[in-house]
Amino acid sequence: MFDQSSSNLPPRPGVGFKAQHYTSILENPAPVGWLEIHAENYMGEGGRPIAMLRHLAERFPISVHGVGLSIGGEGALDSEHLSRLRHLCQWLNPASFSEHLAWSTHESAYFNDLLPLPYTSTTLARVVAHVDQVQEALGRPMLLENPSSYLAFAESEMSETDFLREVSRRTGCGLLLDVNNVFVSAVNLGLDPRAYVQDFPLEKVGEIHLGGHDEDEDDAGRPLLIDSHGREVADPVWALLDHVLALSGPKPLLIEWDNDVPDWPVLAEEARRAEAAQQRVTT
Amino acid sequence: MTPLSQQAFREAMLHPEALVPETLRDGHGGPAGRRFSVYRNNVAVGLTEAVLEGFPTLRALLGDENLRALAAPFLRAHPPSSPLMFRYGEALPAFLQRFQPLAHLGYLPDVARLDLAMRESYHAADATPLEPARLAALPPEVLAQAHLRLAPSLRVLRSSWPLWQIWQLAHHDGPPPRPEAEDILITRPGYDPEPHHLPAGGAGFIEALGQGQSAEQASGAAIAEAPDADLPAILGLLLQGSALTAVEIAR
Repeated sequence: MFDQSSSNLPPRPGVGFKAQHYTSILENPAPVGWLEIHAENYMGEGGRPIAMLRHLAERFPISVHGVGLSIGGEGALDSEHLSRLRHLCQWLNPASFSEHLAWSTHESAYFNDLLPLPYTSTTLARVVAHVDQVQEALGRPMLLENPSSYLAFAESEMSETDFLREVSRRTGCGLLLDVNNVFVSAVNLGLDPRAYVQDFPLEKVGEIHLGGHDEDEDDAGRPLLIDSHGREVADPVWALLDHVLALSGPKPLLIEWDNDVPDWPVLAEEARRAEAAQQRVTT
Repeated sequence: MTPLSQQAFREAMLHPEALVPETLRDGHGGPAGRRFSVYRNNVAVGLTEAVLEGFPTLRALLGDENLRALAAPFLRAHPPSSPLMFRYGEALPAFLQRFQPLAHLGYLPDVARLDLAMRESYHAADATPLEPARLAALPPEVLAQAHLRLAPSLRVLRSSWPLWQIWQLAHHDGPPPRPEAEDILITRPGYDPEPHHLPAGGAGFIEALGQGQSAEQASGAAIAEAPDADLPAILGLLLQGSALTAVEIAR
């Protein structure tokens, strides 16, 4: 049982690392103080990706963010993949490791998306067992991230916040609060994002994610927001971040921009906006 | 209430014509409807993009539209078998072999193998290359008995198609390929894999080295394949491409 809810990330803004920004980041990183990588992109034997990561890790704290472990899967965790994660965490010694409350693998077929699960006592027991297994294998606590939801399961018995609080209580894992996901899910499912934040165990949050979303409509013409990570963070999400930080105090903030990736100055500007939000609660 | 299995979720996700499972709701008292399509789209778009980006030579030859049309049945038949997306598509050469609409383009499976091999080389382990002077300093009879070690990033593709000319056509607007068999050697002198036309006999030479045979035995294998094999040229390609990592002298 681990009991460390906060990560070792500095209270400065970070960004999701993209290879095209490598030179810019080394030359002119401000205001970015740390980088997050997708674990699965650095699981080759060598070559440029690993060389870049080694070099960046000499200058910046690194957060390893897994997207393929399928912690919410019905089946057992992929032990080969868990070994690869252990290897990466051993040589890199990252400041934080995080994964998602979602599934992506079923009977050895991997779907490159974060798929949803219902919140029941059965799924809770399974997620708890998987988080325990990950933390044992890695020898470190992890952060578990709230998903963005496009639909709900009729069989769910508890709220997402209750589910995450219980996983954290039983495993000692910390939580990664994705504020854009909160907003996207709340709009999509007709919930109040501030009430969600109110119910969230903010004292367990070791990192906050911010990303952009797209707007669509469902069959009834209601707004359907898509967590696309392909543009600037939306204004209501920044406002929700202020609300979170007022309640939680400063946290490590990360900008995610994975599709239609902009030039470095645009991403750095988003990080500056996060830094300003951070400063509003520290001064 | 019977919980929705992930098997059922997966089946509905992979088949656009399938009904959306009833226990999936819209959060407003109705069925999930097209909200479910978000997952269908994310998976299909993500895997299609992975095929487009992972097979640049196929893409140059076929065009985006045709490669998308190939990716659609491929990703249903062969979703990734691991979360390492940079490996995705290992099954594409065999799939192409049986894909009737493109059966008249018999070289496409070899092109897919070439794209896969370039990716493997990119992610292969690093190694310190052998100094060419080390080889030059060896007396011929010592070199003949020596074992040459290959870099992990080296790949050899044998083809009965003009694979090198096809590569040139796809990436450098080369002339229409003449019908002949061409093998390709991939080396990675730094971090960027480079394909080279591998002269006749080269594949036999390199494969023999890879099996731990001596330089002399490997030369024999090359000449058995091609009596006029240009061994100095083949060795030159390996040295220039940092594809040899050690010479072990027999005692």
